[in-house]
Amino acid sequence: MSHPLTKSSSGSSSGASADGRAAAPGGGDTRSASVPEGMGTRLRKRSKSSLFATGEPMIWLTGGALVICTLMVAGLLLLVLMRGLGTFWPGEIVQVTTHDGRVYMGEVTRDETYQPAENVLTGLAAEVEPFARQAITEADGWVHRRLFRTGNFRLTQVHFRWVSDYEVASRETPEWAMLLERLEWGRFYGTPEALVRLTFLNDSSPAAIRSAAAALESQKADGFTVRIVDERRVGGATERVLVPVAEADSLSRFVALAEVAEGPEAAWRAFRDAHGEVRERWHERRDLEKYDTGEVNHRQEQARLAVREAEIELDRATPDERAAAEERLAAAQQTFEDIREWADEEFLRIRAEIDAINDQNQRYQLVLRTAGEGDRPPQVTYQRLDEIVRAVPANRIGVGEKLGVYISRWSEFLTDEPREANSEGGVYPAIFGTVAMTLIMSIAVVPFGVLAALYLREYATAGPLVSAVRIAVNNLAGVPSIVFGVFGLGFFCYVVGANIDQLLFEATLPNPTYGKGGLLWASLTLALLTLPVVIVATEEAVSAVPNSMREGSYACGASKWQTIKRIVLPRALPGIITGMILAIARGAGEVAPLMLVGAVKLAPELPVDSLFPYVHPERSFMHLGFHIYDVGFQSQNSEAAKPMVFTTTLLLIAIVAVLNFTAIWLRNKLRKKFAGGQF
Amino acid sequence: MTEPAAAVDPQASNATAQDVGRTKGETQDALAAIAQGASFESEIHESLQDEEAVLEVQGFELWYGQAQALYDISMDVSGGKVTALIGPSGCGKSTLLRSVNRLNDLLDIVRIEGDMRLRGDSIYDPSVDVIELRKRMGMVFQKSNPFPMSIYENVVYSLRIDGENRKSVLDEVCERSLRGAALWDEVKDRLDELALGLSGGQQQRLCIARAIAAEPEVLLMDEPCSALDPIATGKIEDLIEDLRGEYTILIVTHNMQQASRVSDYTAFMYLGRLVEYGATGDLFTKPHLKATEDYITGRFG
Repeated sequence: MSHPLTKSSSGSSSGASADGRAAAPGGGDTRSASVPEGMGTRLRKRSKSSLFATGEPMIWLTGGALVICTLMVAGLLLLVLMRGLGTFWPGEIVQVTTHDGRVYMGEVTRDETYQPAENVLTGLAAEVEPFARQAITEADGWVHRRLFRTGNFRLTQVHFRWVSDYEVASRETPEWAMLLERLEWGRFYGTPEALVRLTFLNDSSPAAIRSAAAALESQKADGFTVRIVDERRVGGATERVLVPVAEADSLSRFVALAEVAEGPEAAWRAFRDAHGEVRERWHERRDLEKYDTGEVNHRQEQARLAVREAEIELDRATPDERAAAEERLAAAQQTFEDIREWADEEFLRIRAEIDAINDQNQRYQLVLRTAGEGDRPPQVTYQRLDEIVRAVPANRIGVGEKLGVYISRWSEFLTDEPREANSEGGVYPAIFGTVAMTLIMSIAVVPFGVLAALYLREYATAGPLVSAVRIAVNNLAGVPSIVFGVFGLGFFCYVVGANIDQLLFEATLPNPTYGKGGLLWASLTLALLTLPVVIVATEEAVSAVPNSMREGSYACGASKWQTIKRIVLPRALPGIITGMILAIARGAGEVAPLMLVGAVKLAPELPVDSLFPYVHPERSFMHLGFHIYDVGFQSQNSEAAKPMVFTTTLLLIAIVAVLNFTAIWLRNKLRKKFAGGQF
Repeated sequence: MTEPAAAVDPQASNATAQDVGRTKGETQDALAAIAQGASFESEIHESLQDEEAVLEVQGFELWYGQAQALYDISMDVSGGKVTALIGPSGCGKSTLLRSVNRLNDLLDIVRIEGDMRLRGDSIYDPSVDVIELRKRMGMVFQKSNPFPMSIYENVVYSLRIDGENRKSVLDEVCERSLRGAALWDEVKDRLDELALGLSGGQQQRLCIARAIAAEPEVLLMDEPCSALDPIATGKIEDLIEDLRGEYTILIVTHNMQQASRVSDYTAFMYLGRLVEYGATGDLFTKPHLKATEDYITGRFG
């Protein structure tokens, strides 16, 4: 009772209040008089200094961190989405004429503002320089320029050209400007003049030409006229010219007779009529070249290997077996000879078919006039229809048709093979490779990881050894992936693969079958890489299974394995699948190790095809991640490849997302089934 | 469902009660002696000698690492009867129960001495196959622990692990067990549904059905009602009433009323020792030891 003040201010414990009440008359008054000041200042001080104590700033700090993370991720996705989705939209075809009379036609792919150096100005043509100086002074030294995709690489040796705004005298969008996507030589920009259906003649005498022309005249379709294609020199260059049949006597060099749809509109209509059919024949030809020839080659190779095997057998045969081995070798050689004979015939047959298609296809050609390339005059070119993948008169078509082009480009991208050093065409082999690799990886890593985790959690007696193993497994996740690549190459390819070759594919040696990078080895390398993820996730899922369930199972007389199989695993399955999801996310995006163990720039054959044994896990494969690297940084036409980088990135993200969502959907289904999973 | 009418064991009259070896006065400070670690001899009523013992505990001692949890327990559990284990928390009831089907083996630190016998067969002999042993017993836990599978699969679990796959057998066992656990009418239309969707009381009865599916020789119940509301508790107690005679039941309970309602015999344990063991009626109305009386009347513990 000697310190009533300290007692009352230290709180209102009920024990103290009895004392306090006893002292109330005197002490109570002194308190009310003297204490409030002291207490008041202390309270104010507290409330001032408690900004951090209340946690208000921490809400902002943590919330801010989250917002920044989200923004960065969203920004990245948005960039990829915008650039990736925009790639295939057909842009306007612009034709500009500069002050010094150069003409450029093409699509504007990007633009920028820059500060030109003085020597750039002095290097300009006299007509342009004043405009340039004026523009630069007006904009404080800054100049705007556009990158034109001008195509026509064969004529100009460039795909792209920068055009500064000050150079431009006039700008137009020619109605019939047309973009051609070709199998080779990149894009072509020009204006269609005619579509020709050629008839080649063996006899180029005027009389023969006339009679053939008369025959054509009688059977030509509506809207076509019969002309002669003549090759002559026009202004220093050789050019093909269409001349009337009447001039048959005064030709410089006869090329062919042609049924012609003249004028851009007629040509475009005729193109659309003929293109599908021509391309279909082209596909037929490609299939002949690829599959039929491939099949014949394959059988020939099999026969050759059989001979080789028989030879090896003979080498190893003991004297007793020698006679039989020799007989087998002879038989194999006979088969090989038969097959070679058959193959030669087959090749001839296929060749003949291909030639027939070629003859048919090369008759159809589109005649285009370029806008002139820089200082060159406009030029007429003949484009074979079967080499045109797509023609887009971009300035004439509306949104609907552009959408059609957009969709057809996407479908080509998703289902076709790459061409033009991967900068054009599709990425189907890469999609296939990525998905196949990820699936094989999952199939390999999940059982392996689950078994390892089960041993660690269920069987192993906790102790320093188990802890060490666990730490080692966790650290495995931090090893740089390229190290796994090196290990995969050294172990899977050069040790395991080489031994498999030694045992099973001796006949093909020294060409490696499994002793090199391939789909299987890449998948296994990535399985190793993602193993820690699965082990950790499974361990957590297994340890989250309530002990009461295990005890219940043991009490029913179940053995340890029965308990694991029937109780622990089903219950932990959602968590295990979470591990698989993480492994897929990690594995599908990995590129560095793949470069060492099997991903290649261009894999002509898919790992699954129609040739026995149909599945070829030893083949090298294409991978979207590696494709991004290759297209973006290894391509000669890097400017054209740039948009493909974004599109391929978008695709890779989409595929990883699809794989993940499939796994998540599976997990949710299972979670519902074994309600109460922890993950 | 009504509360069991027979609160006190009707068989209590069979026991001739007044055959005490020691007087109350002599053992008044028995608990204090136990607390000090002095040796102590359990007070076992003679009424038990008339019964046929299915499970015999013989000088059983158990250690968790260094800490001894059970001291020299010897008791016979009567066949076809319900035997309750009571005592304050931490006295070793559950440990004793879990020792019967050797669930304590799962802990590496457990060490035992002495033995138990199930119908004369040693439980702790090194040659005993623990899994075969557990198949002769069923166990119901404090917290219901249905497996993450359908009701049907839960019930027939012990048959499944024995490799029984004949549908007719499984169906028959499932229905019999669920009827035995008084759950059949409630779940017969949804046997394929997940067991975790049942209510707490139903889950516990499902666990009982699972425990009796393999027709065990002994049914061990570890506070089966402690997590249940009074109505569910009543149903479980009715169920135990129904199972009496058919199964030998050893039940751990905290609830004195429950012990007196459902059991034929009661054992009172304290700090790892068996203090007094006898017919429930005798133990609750005229215990031999003062300590027992104090506990059951709520004066301590």
